[in-house]
Amino acid sequence: MRTVAVIGGSLAGLSAARTLRDQGYDGRIVVVGEEDLFPYDRPPLSKEFLAGKIEMADLALTTPTDDAELDLEWRLGDPATGLDRAASSVVLASGREVPADGVVVATGARARTLPGAEHLDGVHTLRTADDAVALRRDLVVSRRLVVIGGGFIGAEVASTARDLGVEVTVIESDPVPLGRVLGADLAATCAEMHADNGVHLITGEVVTGLAGNGRVRTVHLAGDRTEPADVVVVGIGAVPNVEWLAGSGIEHDRRGVRTDAAGATNIPQVVAAGDCAFSHCAYAGAAVRHEHWTNAVQQPAAAVATLLGTATPAPPAPPYFWSDQYGARLQFAGHRHPDDTVEIIDGDPADRRFVAGYRRHGELVAVFAMNQPKLFGRWRRQLSPRIVPAGLP
Amino acid sequence: MILVGSLDDIPLGEAVRVEAEVPIAVFNVDGELYAIDDTCTHQDASLADGWVEGCAVECPLHAACFDLRTGMPSGPPAKLPVRTHEVVVDDGVVYVRVAAAVEAAA
Repeated sequence: MRTVAVIGGSLAGLSAARTLRDQGYDGRIVVVGEEDLFPYDRPPLSKEFLAGKIEMADLALTTPTDDAELDLEWRLGDPATGLDRAASSVVLASGREVPADGVVVATGARARTLPGAEHLDGVHTLRTADDAVALRRDLVVSRRLVVIGGGFIGAEVASTARDLGVEVTVIESDPVPLGRVLGADLAATCAEMHADNGVHLITGEVVTGLAGNGRVRTVHLAGDRTEPADVVVVGIGAVPNVEWLAGSGIEHDRRGVRTDAAGATNIPQVVAAGDCAFSHCAYAGAAVRHEHWTNAVQQPAAAVATLLGTATPAPPAPPYFWSDQYGARLQFAGHRHPDDTVEIIDGDPADRRFVAGYRRHGELVAVFAMNQPKLFGRWRRQLSPRIVPAGLP
Repeated sequence: MILVGSLDDIPLGEAVRVEAEVPIAVFNVDGELYAIDDTCTHQDASLADGWVEGCAVECPLHAACFDLRTGMPSGPPAKLPVRTHEVVVDDGVVYVRVAAAVEAAA
């Protein structure tokens, strides 16, 4: 293999490039990125960066020595728009082509938007550094923020906005935010933090539209209810960036690029990893698309090993993610089913400091912790590796 | 020097955090004591809460690993080392001699 094209210039793409070099690949690596920025860390965008406590330079994922050691050719600000059927050439938006004998698809995901909100100023999603800069510019001159969606991004933005002195309302369509992730009881504990911090939480209500004269002024809910707003954040999930693969022959749909547990697609010289990949997850025993930071580090390593043919079977690591909101650190590892039983292993949810375990047929399958990183680290290691036969789902 | 506490209060495989001008973590690895800056150089997390494996500690948040002897990170996401500090044990009492507050060399 003489040239590998890594399509995607964020954490997953950079992880793939690093692994290629770590595994001894010494040919060309071309990294194609939609944003005109070197890879940067996204989790702080809803937290410290949005709060104005850290700057762009603090988010850099590459180091000064990376340039020399990794020897990458960057094509930034020029997204891939197509891949030919032989998977031998990637076409970029500028019309330039990148011939390659191996392709790593790591194009990530973009924020899901609210239809009909495009014509209003003051309506934001949060995915990129540009998004965060634009949102911050609005937040610091706003009095009332409405967050649509009570997931992790929504809660983190609400938390940061409160610290900036903004009145915040969070609107969640489910009966309790994060209920499908954590289960009703622990999700309720997390939801209490909104009220503890003076955030107005509305649950079980669907947003029907946004209104304003040029700039958003009102959020309409079902049943003629309205909420005033001078800035709105839409945090209703993400959509994988896979449209550019149309006609490539690579199996994909709106759920992402189909891969096996090791990142292999249906075309041998193409692998996929990170937020864009809909992959067999050995731990879950099903195909899932993980939008976790940790997955964007680990999955590219497996995918690159597959591409180079150096794959060694590693025990599947339980999925892991964290969230920082209202001064609390939330951590979750494993895979939860709705009918798993949950028990408090340590501490007390009322104290906002505890570890909880999820069990299935008596076996520990997931752990969740609030403000208990040390114990979480220990319990996370108690999760049993789940060996489920790999292969395309 | 900063007083850490009694040697008995740092069991094998454990770590304690003490407040200096920045927090410092003191680890007991098989009876050998190591002191490093407590805050991960990647993002705000306490390394005293981390997982110790051999002479390395893994950050509890993002699994960045630091060598307790040198403070060097093993790789991403941490880019910069943590400072290391000299540990002094006198009559069962543990102290840390805090290293100069200069930027550690990358």
